[in-house]
Amino acid sequence: MIEIANIIIVLFIILGAFFHLIAALGVLRLPDVYTRNHAASKAATLGVLCILLATFFYFYFHESEFNTRVLLCIVFMFLTAPVAGHLLGRAAYHHGVKMEGSKVDEYEEYIKVKKSNEPKKYEAYKKKLEKNL
Amino acid sequence: MIQTAVTIAIICLALSMLALVYRIIKGPTLPDRIVALDAVGVNIVGIVALICIKVDTTAYVEFILLFGILAFIGTVAFSKYLEKGVIIDHDRDR
Repeated sequence: MIEIANIIIVLFIILGAFFHLIAALGVLRLPDVYTRNHAASKAATLGVLCILLATFFYFYFHESEFNTRVLLCIVFMFLTAPVAGHLLGRAAYHHGVKMEGSKVDEYEEYIKVKKSNEPKKYEAYKKKLEKNL
Repeated sequence: MIQTAVTIAIICLALSMLALVYRIIKGPTLPDRIVALDAVGVNIVGIVALICIKVDTTAYVEFILLFGILAFIGTVAFSKYLEKGVIIDHDRDR
């Protein structure tokens, strides 16, 4: 029983370390902020989930202790990581970072229409979007 | 078996943190640096969880929770600063 638990724990630890390495590689090698943010927020979150699950299993099987705080950490990480990633992406766009290798920017047009404070223009833009869908 | 795996994993996480620190120093734009800082926060959480297994204590679990919250608040403050130039503003328009 304890041997099987050990194998599961080791598997989760190695998987978590692997995902962390992939996240760091993505942040190091990808070309612009948006792709780097993508790598950092997704792969690193999965890696930390694996490592925290391994911690939970270790204390559950070796110390017979149901550690709720580790589970709370997992829930909290999964709540905050997407929010932080979204906020960073938006902030980078408004800071004026251009996307690498892309000439189309539809969000810029949307902001222009929204900021102009003309409801008719906004309705026309919305209709155009729906037609394209 | 677990001790060896934990040691290997801590080395891997330290290497990835080295890569992120390179991005913090080099990063061409300010958002690059903040993305890397956010990832460093997640990395620290992972390392402390591994150290919990290594020294066989639950004393550091509170630190994990607290550091997760603090890193999130720091990221939110940084991104608000990037977007508007201030962190605490008085107009509630957006």
